[in-house]
Amino acid sequence: MKTVEDLRKLREEVRQMTKLREGEAEVRVVVGMGTCGIAAGARETLGALVQEIAEQGLLSVVVTQTGCLGLCEREPIVEVNAPDGRTLYARVTPERARRILRQHVQGGVAIEDWVIRN
Amino acid sequence: MEELALHILDLAQNCIAAGASEIAITIIEDRAANRLTITVADDGRGMEPEMLQSVTDPFFTTRTTRRVGLGLPLLQAAAELCAGGLTIVSTVGRGTTVRVEFAHDHIDRAPLGSMADTLAAILAVNFEVEVVYRHEVDDRAFVFDSRELREICEGTMQHPKIILWLKEYIALQERLLGGEQ
Repeated sequence: MKTVEDLRKLREEVRQMTKLREGEAEVRVVVGMGTCGIAAGARETLGALVQEIAEQGLLSVVVTQTGCLGLCEREPIVEVNAPDGRTLYARVTPERARRILRQHVQGGVAIEDWVIRN
Repeated sequence: MEELALHILDLAQNCIAAGASEIAITIIEDRAANRLTITVADDGRGMEPEMLQSVTDPFFTTRTTRRVGLGLPLLQAAAELCAGGLTIVSTVGRGTTVRVEFAHDHIDRAPLGSMADTLAAILAVNFEVEVVYRHEVDDRAFVFDSRELREICEGTMQHPKIILWLKEYIALQERLLGGEQ
């Protein structure tokens, strides 16, 4: 069911969860959402990140967006911005996005094969 | 782009880049008149007439990371291929409105696609923009105003659990409306 009452219940649930995790180190996951990113599937990548974060209850992870980085042919690009540094990932499909969350954001180990090197 | 909803997401990104605080997205499917019209209007900083003339030129862009700007030219080409077109009205300091029209039944027209995914994407990563969405199909309509939801959510709206709920809610309403998906 999708009623206003459901949404209020969910709001309270979210508030309780957020309280428990206050003060945890924040990881920012940034999705490239320029025309090139969108055409390459960034909306689905972002959707997968939001879903995984919701389902795994990863409350210290914040998803944001950026525009075109000038690497259009390697979109969708996702940046993981953790306290120990920044990592850029290329061609992040929804499946890769979920793995990056599990292995890198939660596990602390970058997936080297997908990392963009300068 | 495979879906018109992806073009709409791209247009919304332009609104955000223009500093909009409100984006009004309207889709009108008039099947008797065989028209599908999409309007994306913002209250951003607007454009000077000279800039307005160049935005549908693929070799014009304001960005510095690449030298081509394909968003609007791609959409214009898609509309013109389908017995339609794209018009932009903009006033400096007031905002910009992009209106794009297609023949509803044109064989080359991309499907509308998932507006639930597009609206959820906009709301998930933009903390200070309000979206007013209206989808009309003949004489019926689904209306969504992010301000009403923000009021109910009391500061929790950006949370992925809430975004997921909103996405499912919009998808359900779109299915009930029975228009393009």
